[in-house]
Amino acid sequence: MISGMAWVFGDHISSDAIIPARFLHQRDSRSWAKVVLADLRPEFASQVGFGDFIVAGRNFGCGSSREQAPLAIKTAGVAAVIAHSFSRMFYRNAFNMGLAVFTCPEAAVRVHDGDRLRLDPYSGLIEDVEQQISFQAQPVDPYLTDLVSQGGLLKKIRKQITGHG
Amino acid sequence: MNQPQTMSQKILASRAGLPYVEPGAIVEAGLDMVLANDVSTPMAIRGFKDIGGEHVFDSSRVVLVADHFTPNKDVASALISKEMVEFASAMRLEHRFEGGSSGVSHVLLAEQGLILPGELVVGADSRTVTHGALGAFATGVGASDLAAALVTGRGWFQAPASIRVELGGELGPWIGGMDIALALLRLLGPEGAHYQSLEFFGPLLPRLSMEARMSISNLMVESGAKAALFPVDQVTTDYLRDKAKRSWRSVAPDPEAPYAKTIKLDVTGLESLAARPHRPHDVATARRAGYEPVNQVFIGSCAAARLEDLRVAAQVLAGRQVHPRVRLLVLPPTPRIMLQAVREGLVETFLAAGGVMGPPSCGPCMGGHLGVLAAGEVAVATANRNYRGRMGHPSSRIYLAGPAVAAASAILGRVADPAEVLS
Repeated sequence: MISGMAWVFGDHISSDAIIPARFLHQRDSRSWAKVVLADLRPEFASQVGFGDFIVAGRNFGCGSSREQAPLAIKTAGVAAVIAHSFSRMFYRNAFNMGLAVFTCPEAAVRVHDGDRLRLDPYSGLIEDVEQQISFQAQPVDPYLTDLVSQGGLLKKIRKQITGHG
Repeated sequence: MNQPQTMSQKILASRAGLPYVEPGAIVEAGLDMVLANDVSTPMAIRGFKDIGGEHVFDSSRVVLVADHFTPNKDVASALISKEMVEFASAMRLEHRFEGGSSGVSHVLLAEQGLILPGELVVGADSRTVTHGALGAFATGVGASDLAAALVTGRGWFQAPASIRVELGGELGPWIGGMDIALALLRLLGPEGAHYQSLEFFGPLLPRLSMEARMSISNLMVESGAKAALFPVDQVTTDYLRDKAKRSWRSVAPDPEAPYAKTIKLDVTGLESLAARPHRPHDVATARRAGYEPVNQVFIGSCAAARLEDLRVAAQVLAGRQVHPRVRLLVLPPTPRIMLQAVREGLVETFLAAGGVMGPPSCGPCMGGHLGVLAAGEVAVATANRNYRGRMGHPSSRIYLAGPAVAAASAILGRVADPAEVLS
């Protein structure tokens, strides 16, 4: 079980909003974590706690394919992103790099900013402690579950190449 | 007898070594070309080394293009370019573009004949979908995918369901690929093609140039599309005749191929369009898009600044002056287009009108450099994204439009239809 606070965002949060391109020539994921989502919520990067959750609306991560977006979120300490839906490339990148993402339209609508959540990453069961309600996230393709359980795409490939992790 | 398949299914199945792939199924497939730029390469090289990569899978099928921050905007971007050059030379890559050879990757690769019909292509850049114009299944991936692809020459794909897009009617004066693209984004919305691919059909296609097709495929990623494929026809063959670097085979959807849905766009009577801040799908006619004063017009990027587009912009600007408030920035996307624009006198037209020429680069499109916006400034760009803060300060505002609207807006200092200038 993962427990943390919900930071609620709206629909169509773009990768430009998650990590603006003007920071992309920097090379350290910690520098990206310091400015993650800053154009939308300047206090987010400094106040987000380790294990907190982003809860967002439709099409989260839309826009560019930059993997810096899920990496910045992961580096900032976010345990998982729960959204109504995800952009294709953000969803793909998140699995490839081991950021947990859950599609759950009901949670996206009903969770309030600041609610304490509990998440079972294996079953996808999300509990809103404040409101005493729970939600079931949509199931994930077994190929992707396997990808995450192997630690992401690069760890999986390394295992294939070298025979060990 | 196999079930009929869309063009997307056929390409994925063929590269996965399967006779058939079901939409929704995840397959691993071999790649024909792998593209990386100066935003994605450093992370990919790190990943490549992490997984013990020593050689790329095929030194003729990896292309590195330093385009986002070229010419190097600062020490950090110069170091990235240097790392790319060193990696390319260590890996003996046949195709590496940097400095004077560089241009905006999606324009450059097509111009160089490096991506061909029926191929499966990934690029660590969302605009890789542009190459669907050539009949390739081309899609954007992240840096981890790229690192894995460099080593293995393979990638994982969820086979998408496809939407059939039928284009018909007659194009009016000044109406081009960008207007069709914006009209389609208005129809589809931001999630209209979520996880799906678009395949184009219809009587308009023989009259739709490769440049216009590229603008359309380029923008379709804003509808969530994974790929946006045009059929391989006479326009494709003519375009590739003196360019293709490899032999290629045509591919076409099966006659009874299953499409998730069909959307139709009749372009007859279509007016010049513009997308309003801060959404590429918030599309209005250029006449009514907005009346606020414009500070900057950017003609460039992988969306709509190919030679055909520059000719259109120059036609509108010829003998006229840019509004005193407006900075007009023209960045031809490749050295070859720049040279041809000089030869045809287009550059002289832009300069005489009061414009500024910039080098082939993504430049201001994503707020990198060469024309970043200040607080509250308004821009019109022949680009593909106008999300908040994309081109600079978070309070700046961007309209997206084709080259004719961009040029007319530069003259009038507000978003304008070319007819308002030319009448």
